[in-house]
Amino acid sequence: MAVASVLLLADSRLPSGGHAHSCGIEMAVTDGLVSTVDNLNLFLRGRLRTAASMLAGFAAAACLLADTDPDWTRWDRAFSARTPSAAQRAASRAQGAALLRTATHMWDHPALGGLRRLGRPHHSLVLGASTAAGLGAPSDAAALAVHHLTGGTCSAAIRLLGLDPLAVAAIQADLTTLAAAAADIGCQAAHRAVETSDPAELPATSAVLPELLAARHATAEVTLFAS
Amino acid sequence: MHREDQRADLAAGGHRRHGHALRIGIGGPVGGGKTALVAALCRALADELSVVVVTNDIYTTEDADFLRRNGVLADNRIRAVRTGCCPHTAIRDDITANLDEVEDLERLHTPDLVLVESGGDNLTATFSYGLVDRQIFVVDVAGGDKVPRKGGPGVTRSDLLVINKIDLAEHVGADLDVMRADATAQRGALPTVLISLRSPEGVRPVADWVRTCRR
Repeated sequence: MAVASVLLLADSRLPSGGHAHSCGIEMAVTDGLVSTVDNLNLFLRGRLRTAASMLAGFAAAACLLADTDPDWTRWDRAFSARTPSAAQRAASRAQGAALLRTATHMWDHPALGGLRRLGRPHHSLVLGASTAAGLGAPSDAAALAVHHLTGGTCSAAIRLLGLDPLAVAAIQADLTTLAAAAADIGCQAAHRAVETSDPAELPATSAVLPELLAARHATAEVTLFAS
Repeated sequence: MHREDQRADLAAGGHRRHGHALRIGIGGPVGGGKTALVAALCRALADELSVVVVTNDIYTTEDADFLRRNGVLADNRIRAVRTGCCPHTAIRDDITANLDEVEDLERLHTPDLVLVESGGDNLTATFSYGLVDRQIFVVDVAGGDKVPRKGGPGVTRSDLLVINKIDLAEHVGADLDVMRADATAQRGALPTVLISLRSPEGVRPVADWVRTCRR
C-alpha cells in the first residue's frame, strides 16, 4: 500500500501543478547557461548538491511531523527563510497549494487539514504530509522531493531545448547515486530537527544563481513556464 | 472547494460559498478566434452578467493584454495561467493552476460567468469537467472545411461547436454547407453555430447559448 501511494506521488501525471514549472531551468536556457545534455547534467549536479537536500529535509520532516499536530507555521517559515527570492517562494507555494488540493481529495489526514489552515504552504511540506497520509516513510518523502526537482527540470529542458529524451533519461539514471545521497542528507537532518523540535537543524543549502534566475524569470516578458 | 464537492453540497441542500458562477471553457486550435470570442462575449453580456476571465497562453500574457487593451474587462477580472508548453494539460489532466485562479476570481468578484480560455492547441484538446461546466470548441473556416469531418473530442463532444470566420469562406474555397453537414454528422444533437465575429452581431448565437446554459 505504501509503495503504491509513493508511486502515485512520484507520478508526474498526478494533477499537482508541476508540469507548468521548470524548476529554474527556463531562465538558465534563456540566458544560454544550459543548451545541451552535457550542461543540463552539470546544472542538475549543482541542484543535487544544493537545493535537493534542503527540499528533501523539509519533506522528510513534514512526514515525521504529520501525526504530531505540529505548529506548521514554524516549519513553513523556516522554508521561506532558506528561499531568498520571492519568486521561488511563490513557485513553491503555488505547487504546494496544487498538490494539497489533490492530496486532500486522495486522503483524509489531519496533517493535510493542518497545512490547509496555512493557506498556501510550501510544496515540500505538502509532499511530506501527503507521503505520511499514504503511509509512506520519511525516506520516501525525501526521495520524492529530489525526484520532482530533477524530473521537473529534465522534462522542462526537453520541451524547451528539444533535447533527446533518451539521453536525458540516461543522465537521470547516472545521477541516482547523487540523488539518493541528497535525499539521505535531508532525511537524517529531518530526524534531528524533529527530535529537537527545531527546524534550524534542516539543511540550508542553496545557491545564488537559481535564486537570481527565479527573480528574473518572474519579470521576464516571454516565459512558457510559471517558474 | 472542489467543483464536485460544490455540486454535492448543492444536492444536499448545502451552502455554496462562492456563488453560482457558470464556468465555460473555450478551446480550439491556434488562430480560430478564441480570444476574439471571449472579448465579444464580454461585450455582449456586459450589461446583464458579471464576468471574469482566465486565459491560458503558452508564451506571454498576450491574450489577457488583448482583453485589457480593448477595454473589455477591468484588469482585476482577468488572470493569465502559464502552461509550461502544454496547454491541453492545464485544462484537462492537471487543472490545479486554473482552479486556483478561477476560485480566486470567484472569491473576489462573485461573478455570474467564468470564461476559461485555453491556449491554442490541436483538435484533441478538451476541457475537464472538473474545471468547467460547459465547453465551447472554436474552429475557423480558414483552417479548412474538412476540420469538422476529422472529428476529435473537441469537434464531437464539446457542448457548443463554433465555426468562426464564415466571411472568409468564399476567399478560401470553404463550403459552409459541407462543414455544417459534417458537424451535424459528428455531433448528433449537440449544437453547432456558424458565425463571423467581424460583424458586431456575430456573437449573438453564442451569447444566446450562454444564456440558455444559465437557466
